Amino acid sequence: MGTQHDAPRRGRYRVPPVGILVPAAVALAFLVLPFVALLDAAPWSALPGLVTSPAVREALWLSLRSASAATALSVLLGVPLAWVIARGDVPGAGLLRAVVTMPLVLPPVVGGVALLMLLGRRGLLGRHLEAWFGVTIPFTTLAVVIAATFVAMPFLIVSVDGALRSADSRMEEASATLGASRWYTFRRVTLPHVAPGIGAGAVLCFARALGEFGATITFAGNFPGTTRTMPLAVYLALEQDPDAAIALSLVLIAVSLGVLLLLRGRWLTGPLS
Amino acid sequence: MRRRTGRQLGAVLAASVLTVSLAACTTGGTAAGTATAPPTTDDAAGAPTTAAPLTGELVVLAAASLQNTFEELGERLEEQNPGLSVTFSFAASSTLAQQAAAGAPADVLATASTSTMQDAAEVTGEASVFAHNSLVVVAPAGNPGDVTGLADLADPTRTVALCALEVPCGAAAQKAFDAAGLTPAPDTYEADVTATLTKVVLGEVDGALVYLTDARSAGDAVETFPFPESAQARNDYPIATLTAARNPAAARAFVDLVLSAEGQAVLVDAGFDGA
Repeated sequence: MGTQHDAPRRGRYRVPPVGILVPAAVALAFLVLPFVALLDAAPWSALPGLVTSPAVREALWLSLRSASAATALSVLLGVPLAWVIARGDVPGAGLLRAVVTMPLVLPPVVGGVALLMLLGRRGLLGRHLEAWFGVTIPFTTLAVVIAATFVAMPFLIVSVDGALRSADSRMEEASATLGASRWYTFRRVTLPHVAPGIGAGAVLCFARALGEFGATITFAGNFPGTTRTMPLAVYLALEQDPDAAIALSLVLIAVSLGVLLLLRGRWLTGPLS
Repeated sequence: MRRRTGRQLGAVLAASVLTVSLAACTTGGTAAGTATAPPTTDDAAGAPTTAAPLTGELVVLAAASLQNTFEELGERLEEQNPGLSVTFSFAASSTLAQQAAAGAPADVLATASTSTMQDAAEVTGEASVFAHNSLVVVAPAGNPGDVTGLADLADPTRTVALCALEVPCGAAAQKAFDAAGLTPAPDTYEADVTATLTKVVLGEVDGALVYLTDARSAGDAVETFPFPESAQARNDYPIATLTAARNPAAARAFVDLVLSAEGQAVLVDAGFDGA
């Protein structure tokens, strides 16, 4: 299995061992077959009408806008936080890392409840926002963005943290030796170096924000045009018209797959793959 | 193509289930004499309410708004029949009807509207309306939004939660607003009546429309305001045994209990109008 043997085989199809191939095939089937079933059940003749209805366009547009805003917010705030965790020499970085990735493993509805307790009308901060500025966050598109950012930002942080930790820090040291400030080094050396990691994290972050459901319906509510995103529309459609729910699901899958394919191609070809 | 196959299969299944249950009915009728022979002695021993002691498991799919009352009735049935265990699945009526139609292993279905019961018509026996529920306006304790009636829920300056139109409480709410000639001004359409009530209990909205029974279950956490148009937006609650019930005797007994004077008293106590 040394490199000498690999070299002449390059470009030729190599069959993996059966012990790997079989479980890998089962895993692939497990992940892909549900989507095949969805395609099989799709009401193809009614699909164009369902997909282009004003209600669907409204929900999709809201989803795309709020997921974009959540991604921008995550990059703006999450990259600095990832840097602090990876390079900041802060005490308890391990604990910090665990805390900021909590939304990754918690059920999103828990996140929604927590956001409500913080930013709801009677929440820890929310009651002051209401009393001092007359601002209520639930039931607004801002609440959708906040909910999406809460569940999606950890994806970006994990990705950038990983990129920073695996990146060679000698360039940064050289920059520092040559008299650059840490801020200058961060902007001109570190950031360009981990750009693919940021890109990959942003793609995952966007995809997660697009699919966000539990925190949104709990914290933001559900109103067409303001807070009813695609996942909420799918859930409600299922109550009355399963065909419409399947059609909406296909749209969401197509958009997510398109984003993952396009942006991964854009960001991840090159040094990493 | 795929759908038609599914429907054909469903029709075949329904037909076979119907045949089997019809057969069961006729044989049940003739066999009743022999089958009830031992319980007759039990009756003599002092169990007048049931013909035969029920055993096994009974699974009831019921609308979320029935949780408190049905749990109490289930406990009573278990007390009367020590060998019986009653299990409930409470959810949105439309979800339950879909589950039943898809062959969920259950014995009884009770929904919050006759239209949702219709969705499961292929798998249910004849449905009987056992209760009605009416809507009330609710506000959080202290009534910060100064809500007093239905018209306040049509006021865009107030924060209002309604049930989604897709679920029975939302459809009933729409009927109430129509009857009053008002255009509702909700800020959110919640997925079910429980979620709607929660937004009130948490104080996130100034007012909402929920069932009287849910408002009662929230106790002092909400203030309740009846309104006249709710009479035109009452929900009928039907109950039916499933034709594929694995415990048909217990299913029948539970339906009978719900329809009995005893069952009706429990429902009326909770705020339902009796059948």
